[in-house]
Amino acid sequence: MGYPHKSHARETAVLSEFFGVKEATTLDGWKKRGGYTALQKCLGMAPADIVTVVKDSGLRGRGGAGFPTGVKWSFMKPGDGKPHYLCCNADESEPGTFKDREIMRWTPHALIEGCAIGSYAIGAETCYIYIRGEFTEPIVRVEAALKECYAGGILGKNAMGTGKTIDIYVHRGAGAYICGEETALMNSLEGKRGNPRIKPPFPAVSGVFASPTTINNVETLAAVPHIINNGAAWYKQWMRPDNPKSTGTKLYSVCGNIQRPGNYEVPMGFPFKDFLYDLCGGPLPGRKFRAIIPGGISVPIQTVDEAEASLMDYEGFVAQGTMLGSGGVIVFDDAQNLVKQIARAARFFAHESCAQCTQCREGTAWTTKILERIVAGDGTPEDLDTLLEIAENMTGKTICVLSDSCATPVVSGLKKFRGDFEALIKKKKHFLVPAVA
Amino acid sequence: MSNHVHAEYAPLFTPGSARRKELDEVLSRYPTKMAALLPALWMVQHDHGWVSDEGMAEVAGVLDLTPAYVKGVVTFYTMYHQHPVGKHFIQVCTTSPCNVCGAEAVVDSLLRHTGCLELGQTSPDGKYTVIEVECLGACGFATPIMINEDFIESVTPENVPQILGALE
Repeated sequence: MGYPHKSHARETAVLSEFFGVKEATTLDGWKKRGGYTALQKCLGMAPADIVTVVKDSGLRGRGGAGFPTGVKWSFMKPGDGKPHYLCCNADESEPGTFKDREIMRWTPHALIEGCAIGSYAIGAETCYIYIRGEFTEPIVRVEAALKECYAGGILGKNAMGTGKTIDIYVHRGAGAYICGEETALMNSLEGKRGNPRIKPPFPAVSGVFASPTTINNVETLAAVPHIINNGAAWYKQWMRPDNPKSTGTKLYSVCGNIQRPGNYEVPMGFPFKDFLYDLCGGPLPGRKFRAIIPGGISVPIQTVDEAEASLMDYEGFVAQGTMLGSGGVIVFDDAQNLVKQIARAARFFAHESCAQCTQCREGTAWTTKILERIVAGDGTPEDLDTLLEIAENMTGKTICVLSDSCATPVVSGLKKFRGDFEALIKKKKHFLVPAVA
Repeated sequence: MSNHVHAEYAPLFTPGSARRKELDEVLSRYPTKMAALLPALWMVQHDHGWVSDEGMAEVAGVLDLTPAYVKGVVTFYTMYHQHPVGKHFIQVCTTSPCNVCGAEAVVDSLLRHTGCLELGQTSPDGKYTVIEVECLGACGFATPIMINEDFIESVTPENVPQILGALE
């Protein structure tokens, strides 16, 4: 964690080692901590060799999809004569997630170094860091760090004196969750409405400015310098012996009804039960955990039993009916009205839908309307089937997965906490005759 | 919502101006002019407090776009104000993670202490506008609010008066 509290003894602080250390935000402070040695090393390597190291490390995308980073990079063909671009997705907007914000606030140079290495590895001379508009402080910190890098000869037309060009720019978003979807991000960067694009073509073929493009999350890129410096085998020390598909450390943002919210970094395969009760301190006094969303609001809700049985990696969460997602852990306790919170999640998606696809535009709005009606005490027993029917029509039928994400808490909520919905419908205030004086 | 007219709109990007130079530098980062649209709109909002039709027309002119195209982009993004807002524009996160930590009580407290009658309306003295915002990305520090460009974490109904007092 590092900020606002010290790291817990059971954390493995690789990315978060310098959270809270003001000096680490500066170029000198970063160099003192081994900064830019990995970039120096990479600029002397063949791009394909860098891709091989990252592939071997098993690093997977930390934004939510979990796609192997080295494989993604290998889709790019440096030297094909076309301009290539790297986009860093810093549009962190998934409710429950605030890890990229801390990386940018405390270790902006870790991100810049990762971006520079990634750019060189995929044959890109330009990298855009797309930061959500609300992240004013991260924008200031990353821009200040970039200024230092240009002044210090690390970036620009002669990056680290090698004659190679690496330019990195910050692009500020303007308030749209959907711009975290990679093709919407590219449209937004081009000065368009942030509507997701139909794939194919995939970004590696035709991405931003119709050129080959790779998009990586902040946490993914920040991990790259460590892997280059220490090697793929070092990174793979953190995995379950029986699951080589998830390697390294992962940052989890913890929020909701829990004793110690904040960012925690643990190795892949860490027991979720220990994480919730030991590292995060368990439920608030006198309360009990009721439901947990482990990977940002787009992943299925877990019961406490499922959560306590989970191992924290891509496959471990799938085995317990959910997904690792972005690592945004949202905890609900027994004092909460779960249906109200699912309705609030639906309202979020209805607000953020780009409205391109009918299933999403209509589905998110109607889901919200029906759920809010149930919360208000005007629900009917048929509403629950209607919700599931709408959810069915919203899943797997649209250009991007925002629509599916809205259906997820509804379907998993109804499956695991149906009684909560039914109790609200039974209490139906609609039939109460108001007392007239 | 009524159409606001920005009577005393002062152009930003006149040749030789500081903003024009800044925009030219921004343009050098991208292969297309259109890509400078979001940055240019931020400049307009920063200098004028909101993005009026006149502002959109000016941006359209310098970037070789049509005003209708610019309007289409402006209306997509929630952070561009299409009408004037209070001196202190306050956004409160009320999405699920903050909601379970009492964000709605923070909204009530902010409305009460700013004199705003309801969300989205500017207080009669023109000082404040309070809106709900979807996930500010600081869920572990519930409830986060933004006042103009400043981020404030761990806001409670009780510390609202102190935060507002510090703005004076």
